Amino acid sequence: MAEFLADYLSPPWVAELAAAGVHCALLLALVLTAAAAFTWAERKVSGRIQDRLGPTRVGGRFGWLQSPADGLKLLAKEDLMPKDADAMLFRLAPYLSFCASFAVFVALPLGDNWVSLRMSTGVFFFLAVAGLEVFGVILGGYASSSKWSLFGAMREAAQVVSYEVPLAMCVVVPVMVAGTMDLVAIGEHQSGWFGNWLIFHDPFTLLTFFVYLTCAVASVNRAPFDLAEAESELVAGFLTEYSGFRWSIFFMAEYASMLAVSILASILFFGGDNGPIPVAGWLGLTHRTGPLAGYLGNLLGMVNILTKGTLGVIFMMWLRWTLPRLRIDQVLTTCLKYCIPLAAAMFVGAMLWTFVERGGFSGDWSIFRSESDLREEASAENMDLSPSVAHERGGLSP
Amino acid sequence: MTTERNEPMLVEQDVHTDELLINMGPQHPSTHGVLRLVLRTDGEVVSEVVPHIGYLHRSAEKIGENVSARQWVPYTDRLDYLAAMNMNLGWAMTVEKLLGLELPERAKAVRVIMAELGRISSHLVAAGTYGLDLGSFTPFLYAFREREKILDLFEAACGARLTCSYIVPGGVTADLPPGWLEQCEAFLDQFMPTVDDLHAVLTNNAIFIRRTAAVGVLSAETAIDYGCTGPVLRGSGVDWDLRRDGEPRYRELYAGYRFDVIAPVDGRYPNAQNYPPVPREAVVGDSWHRYYVRMIEVIQSMSLVRQAIERYRRTDGPPGTPIKVAERLPKGEAYLETEAPKGQMGFMVIGDGTKVPWRVRARSSCFSNLSVAPVLCRGGLVADVPAVIGSLDLVLGEIDR
Repeated sequence: MAEFLADYLSPPWVAELAAAGVHCALLLALVLTAAAAFTWAERKVSGRIQDRLGPTRVGGRFGWLQSPADGLKLLAKEDLMPKDADAMLFRLAPYLSFCASFAVFVALPLGDNWVSLRMSTGVFFFLAVAGLEVFGVILGGYASSSKWSLFGAMREAAQVVSYEVPLAMCVVVPVMVAGTMDLVAIGEHQSGWFGNWLIFHDPFTLLTFFVYLTCAVASVNRAPFDLAEAESELVAGFLTEYSGFRWSIFFMAEYASMLAVSILASILFFGGDNGPIPVAGWLGLTHRTGPLAGYLGNLLGMVNILTKGTLGVIFMMWLRWTLPRLRIDQVLTTCLKYCIPLAAAMFVGAMLWTFVERGGFSGDWSIFRSESDLREEASAENMDLSPSVAHERGGLSP
Repeated sequence: MTTERNEPMLVEQDVHTDELLINMGPQHPSTHGVLRLVLRTDGEVVSEVVPHIGYLHRSAEKIGENVSARQWVPYTDRLDYLAAMNMNLGWAMTVEKLLGLELPERAKAVRVIMAELGRISSHLVAAGTYGLDLGSFTPFLYAFREREKILDLFEAACGARLTCSYIVPGGVTADLPPGWLEQCEAFLDQFMPTVDDLHAVLTNNAIFIRRTAAVGVLSAETAIDYGCTGPVLRGSGVDWDLRRDGEPRYRELYAGYRFDVIAPVDGRYPNAQNYPPVPREAVVGDSWHRYYVRMIEVIQSMSLVRQAIERYRRTDGPPGTPIKVAERLPKGEAYLETEAPKGQMGFMVIGDGTKVPWRVRARSSCFSNLSVAPVLCRGGLVADVPAVIGSLDLVLGEIDR
């Protein structure tokens, strides 16, 4: 993108900035649309689970206008802040939270090479940036100068910080099997039939997925781990003093991170942009066939990955409307007694499996030997991304 | 405060932080109305809970001393507004005791039907809101959906859904309309699956058990010391139900009905094989048992309603004659306790020969049940406070009167 724009804009940093702006706008559109769609879906899913209809009238059929109407209401609300609140931190907190959960999308590929920034350490980037979301919550809880908010922030700190550990360990298992931290490469590793998906690679990756699921739900504060909000205990936890627009920013951050962890799960365990059946391969929808085919292939890949991500989010909704909430000590016990040992065991198991699968000591370990070569190759390729090459590969360029 | 309870849960703390005084309520989502609790917490551990009441005080008793006995019936609706029929029944029978009235069988059958439907609806709310207290929203709607059907039945019988004023001294305001019994039976026939749903999403749910089992354990001695009654008392393993053990005038209402008093005597429920299993983690007297007693009582009440319908069909004539609005009360006093859904509801009336009682008094079961909350919450976690308060099933309208 930047290289493409460099032909029209100078100096180069202007082109870089413009490219970043376009990427941001596209991702923001995705995240905001997703947040609005999930708000609506949450109402519908909860309605069906609870034997009701959910919204039916707002905007005609299926209540599809419910989310925009909600958004409008939130924008029109009075901008309230407690008198004793730390004004700057109180204002900063929601944006910090949203930025963190939005920024992870930079690393998530939405198709074969439809990624804002291809990083050889994409997985690390995801974990590091997603972990920042907790700062917004803690700051918000602290700055509200409300005891309930403080309780929520305390719980969030205890919970999210502990669940980061097993989450990272679970994420490392597919990384190890695929032999790369590049999220695009992990996706490519699983191309073909759904048997190639990493969740079906061996029993350890299968179990790892369920540990990941638990930790992911906990790290995005969804029920039954929604202790930081805990309506029946802490009024609204860290959100108690927030209302209107700032509240909606927190709200969008929650849905954005739900989608992000679901998309990460679909990349790490469910083949990323590869469908269960290699239809794209049969139809020749890859960038090797031609620019249009590559574009269509990417589109199909995005549909795949967003479908998987949405299913993950709907699963979290299902959990939320079914299960009671755990207590803080039980949440931490689940993490320390079950998730961490299980994740560690899966890590060792998957490691041994991969070792044996590749022929043990006499196996072909070129994948590790050539890692530095691969990186050089990748960087060389990146530099070589002239507009025509990017176009050919079906990148985000027009 | 001296209790025989064992030391509260000991939490090892190597860092002592400052204690935090938090005001929980009266506008808190899980205080069931306008209860205010002041919590003293150290981190997540609650060291002291002080309930403050009176936010819903409406001088109901004083009003009772300024209107006639029949006129006070609508005020009893507003005591335990989730079980208005049972409140009506308590007051009606107290006044009848003072007047020395005897009722025809038909009136008694209608009263049993209504009282037990009221019990079902009250216990449904208790179970649903208890799920809400523990963060599970869905059971609440399942329970309320069924409660609506009971309220439909109330509406068909007396025109009001919540504040019924149906059972009045001397009988009931009107006989059941044609087709009502069939409607009621249809409700009972389709009701059991909902109870099973509630068992699935709450009673036997692993998280629910972890949140309630061995939380807020109330020993039988403490329960009796604090005057706890109803499911709170029975959940502690005390086999006591006024429908069976009450004074003759009230016991007679239920004479000839087959029902069990649901209490885990020696850890075992009567006919336990018919009900979902008790988890290993549960201790007699904990929040789980209090909840479970209510859920099983719902099944008992269904059976009682069916029996009462049979009895009603065998009778004819009017279901009693309500006393006149200006009926003069004789000199003397009467006190009667009935088994309301939340516990023993007692009414006292003193007549002085005029139509207006000289003194009216309501003995609230929730008041006594609330008094034990500080004992149960001490030493627990903040999250246990809603779990305990919810299991006591309080209605502030009755506490504050």
